[in-house]
Amino acid sequence: MDISFDLLINAIAAGLLLGGFYAAVTAGVSISFGMLDIVNIAHPGFVILGSYLAYYININFGVDPIIVSILMLPFFYALGSIIYQVYHVSFEKRGQDSLRGLAFFFGLLFVTEVSLILVFGVDYRYVEAVYIGPSIHIGLVDLPLRMLVPCLAALALFAGIQLFITRTFTGRAIMAVSQDQLALQLMAADPIKIKRIAFGISIATAAVAGALLIIIQPVEPSVGREYIGRVFAICVLGGLGSMPGTLIAAMLLGIVESLTATFYGPSWAPAVAFGLLLLTLAFRPAGLLGR
Amino acid sequence: MTAVGVAILLLAHWVGVDYLYFASYTILQFIVLATAWNILGGYCGYVNFGSAAFFAMGAYSSVFLHKSIEVLPVPALIVMGGVVSGVVGLGMGYLTLRLRGSFFAIATLALAVVLGTLVVNWDYVGGSRGAYIIRPESLEFAGLKINYIEYLFGLMLILAIVALVSARTIERSQLGFGFATIRDDELAAEACGVPTLKLKLVATTISGAFMGMAGAPFPYYIGYLQPSSAFGLEYAVNSIAMPMIGGTTSWVGPLVGALLLGSAQQYATVTISSAVNLLIVGLMLVGFVIIAPNGIVGLVQERLRRKRS
Repeated sequence: MDISFDLLINAIAAGLLLGGFYAAVTAGVSISFGMLDIVNIAHPGFVILGSYLAYYININFGVDPIIVSILMLPFFYALGSIIYQVYHVSFEKRGQDSLRGLAFFFGLLFVTEVSLILVFGVDYRYVEAVYIGPSIHIGLVDLPLRMLVPCLAALALFAGIQLFITRTFTGRAIMAVSQDQLALQLMAADPIKIKRIAFGISIATAAVAGALLIIIQPVEPSVGREYIGRVFAICVLGGLGSMPGTLIAAMLLGIVESLTATFYGPSWAPAVAFGLLLLTLAFRPAGLLGR
Repeated sequence: MTAVGVAILLLAHWVGVDYLYFASYTILQFIVLATAWNILGGYCGYVNFGSAAFFAMGAYSSVFLHKSIEVLPVPALIVMGGVVSGVVGLGMGYLTLRLRGSFFAIATLALAVVLGTLVVNWDYVGGSRGAYIIRPESLEFAGLKINYIEYLFGLMLILAIVALVSARTIERSQLGFGFATIRDDELAAEACGVPTLKLKLVATTISGAFMGMAGAPFPYYIGYLQPSSAFGLEYAVNSIAMPMIGGTTSWVGPLVGALLLGSAQQYATVTISSAVNLLIVGLMLVGFVIIAPNGIVGLVQERLRRKRS
């Protein structure tokens, strides 16, 4: 195949930007699935919910979607805490988290999607902001601000989470829960409370990821489904619970998807994540930076 | 059970309304899907979110065979659909079942998206435009002229009975006890010498095969098959919700759940709207797993036990 050099460079640059955004979507799952062992498959549903809230406030009040998402953080945190409490009381305590817990989250995903369809319809929605449209040119490379701004915001979010987890007391407690819950209990700490905080944070990241998603592309309620495969592929490829691994895996998936879209056509891109997931599960189930 | 089947067939023929066939075909199809899901989900405790993928694989293998060979009768297509979906189930299981249970669930979820992508890009079976299958008006069988929709209804009825009988047989056989040990404590089962991986693969294959068989006559039923209708999320959610609401521990559960939810949905689609009825299914699923973890069958059993003591 005849591959032109600047097309390749541009595809890789676009992949890196896309990967940054994927990292923001995956950050929440990396906490809930990777560290807390809660298979929250409803996460993409909350991301889309974030998108629609950003859309609604942006269109009606003209507020920038990223600022909206920061304002929404406390609400999503509260939502996450409530969901964890329900999950804990109904499934974790009874020791039924594997089968019924999964069905619970699947039901939540479904309810979120159908509710959004009922309220907003199935039309594609988009936001307006100054950075949607123009792009920067550096040599051969085109960097659309529509992609660059979400990527930078995502990296900021990611760095924030990483600092929180490694530097603060609560963050280290979350790491401790992920390593040995029993030991934490023996030291008179309450693992349930810490897990509640962690799950709240994981859902809160969905608010930011949702706002970034609707900046990148128009959104309709069922878009979330495409992200389920991606998010878990990234999480598994990076190594469960490893934030740096998640970032690397997200960039990797972004680049591979972007190359596939450029050279084979965009309709093949969703299959890439799944292929990657299966390959990882078959050859290195622990992931790139897995313990 | 066969007697019940014959009775239903005769009753339906006596009423003879086409809409009745269409509506009950859908309910029977859900009985097969729910029972198939339960063989893996309820008996072994492994969640399959990709029911839609297995179902669509059966449907698309029919479309493929219809285009390439044409003359095959629907029962042969059902067998082929079962084989294709069973093999895919086996392959998926082999890759993911050696790991923790949640990996299997996630992989099945992603499977639906990827197979959807493949079909959208595969022009031979219609791609994103979809494929038309022209259903014959009627069919000659042993000198009798049978309405085609009645024929499909009859096939689905047989399939539903076969699925229920197999589920019941499995439940009471050594295989079923093996499955139950996996569900209750896989590690302990492994330690006692139960060949867990082999059993799980058997369950995945049977379950996938039944889902494919349920999907194989679907193109003939609907007449126009499109990726978004074959891979629709409602198949995935219904085939989980029905056993969960009915009760996952016995073969009666999926039957009760499918009859209840299936007819409620037929009613709601006609009277309210299809989006609202999906919302109701989702809410019922969430409600039931929180409040009544053993479903309707579990509630009834508890009531009986209390009465006895």
